[in-house]
Amino acid sequence: MDINLMITSIPKLLDATIITLKLLSLSLFFGLFIGLLFAILRLSKNKIINKFAYGYSYVFRGTPLLVQIFIIYFGLGQIEYFRSTFLWVVFKEPYWCAIIAFALNTGAYTSEILRSAFQTIKPGIVEAGKSLGIPNKIIFYKIQIPVAIRQSLPAYGNEIILMMKGTSLASTVTLMDLTGVAKYIISTTFKPIEVFIVAGGIYLFMTFCIHNLIKFLERKYSY
Amino acid sequence: MSIFKKTIFSVLASLLIIGNVYASDKIKIGTEGAYPPWNSKDASGKLIGFEVELAWSLCRYMGKQCEIVEQDWDGMIPALIMRKFDAIMAGMSITAERQKAISFSQGYADEVAQLAVMKGSSLEGMDTPSGINLSLGGSDVNKALKTLTGALAGKTVCVQTATIHQNFLDSGDVGKVNVRTYKTQDEVNLDLAAGRCDAALAAAVAFTDYADKSGKPVVLVGPTFSGGAFGNGVGVGIRQDDTELLKAFNRAIDKARKNGDISRIATKWFGFDASM
Repeated sequence: MDINLMITSIPKLLDATIITLKLLSLSLFFGLFIGLLFAILRLSKNKIINKFAYGYSYVFRGTPLLVQIFIIYFGLGQIEYFRSTFLWVVFKEPYWCAIIAFALNTGAYTSEILRSAFQTIKPGIVEAGKSLGIPNKIIFYKIQIPVAIRQSLPAYGNEIILMMKGTSLASTVTLMDLTGVAKYIISTTFKPIEVFIVAGGIYLFMTFCIHNLIKFLERKYSY
Repeated sequence: MSIFKKTIFSVLASLLIIGNVYASDKIKIGTEGAYPPWNSKDASGKLIGFEVELAWSLCRYMGKQCEIVEQDWDGMIPALIMRKFDAIMAGMSITAERQKAISFSQGYADEVAQLAVMKGSSLEGMDTPSGINLSLGGSDVNKALKTLTGALAGKTVCVQTATIHQNFLDSGDVGKVNVRTYKTQDEVNLDLAAGRCDAALAAAVAFTDYADKSGKPVVLVGPTFSGGAFGNGVGVGIRQDDTELLKAFNRAIDKARKNGDISRIATKWFGFDASM
């Protein structure tokens, strides 16, 4: 065990953790909007919209995240027509490719979490709102959405942790996130065990923080 | 004896037998299988290439049974140290950095590194000598490095991870370059062709092989590099405590060279004699 290497790699790995956190927060931010949108579409009575939303979550939950990143990064880059469109400005950058892949992936899971949360809202709550003469729109925004978010907190906390670990795949498309830098250090020192133990420890600490944050929110918004 | 104990004993016994098989005379050689024409795989998944054929030839000279196994490039040296195999033949150049971790046999082939760009790139037509040796130094080398520093400033250069090519770009010899690293050379080629890389650095033959097979307009630019960060030829990587195997490989390489086997196999795969 090379303890010295473990200590000297800590600052470099912590630097890389910032990239990991950026990837995570941006993906979750966009993913939450995508998830909310598709959860609402899933509840639509229109069959075509409903099936479309179901298809999206089916595809993105049914394929590995690594495959999705590869298709978005290496796959789309092979299409010559695609490279001539304005979209290439975004897709040229590995950073945005990773965020798009992560956001679409977490969006699919989030839409399922929110959908089931919406469906478990007791009809009595909505009826109570209606009997007070509150308009449907306000019932949706002020009653259904907040209740659904509270309902989905435990499951969504899990999804955040899964996504955090998923960001390690960004290193496969050349990004220097926590895993990417760990691999880089190994490529010059040839000591994988020491470096991966430190990197694993940092991931574990992030999980610890997310876990406790969600627990705190659950307690705060319990009813 | 209870059944439980019996099971434990029989499992342990079989492990011992398996252990003995592994400790047999068979030499396991690790290669990447993704760096044509050095080593790659054919359509059926069989390992082929210069080093695969050379490995069989060296094993015949050593009079030993060999097995060639695949290993991802970025885990090659750790896998050797952890005894997953006994020798590396994977286009691995002999460098001082790697020699801190493993030993190398004498070199068997010369890897010539060069930059590649897509046709029509602004980097085409750089005014440099056709080849520079970083170990020799001198005004020619310094001038060429200066030209490269100017040309590559702010450009994205793609390389495979944990290679001499990455080490060279990280060394600062050509200034501050935006280095992007990939797991395999295939991925470097893909992104060069897609236009994500302004240039790529690898063994020149890796690019010519890709250009031939894909039909993409990949062209080589600038000088060929050798010496310094690029090491001293490609050799067999062996664990530092495995001195017997090192000697055996060195003798086998001597014989193969004398009989013209290395030149013959090199010419077959590279189209020119890259042996040394």
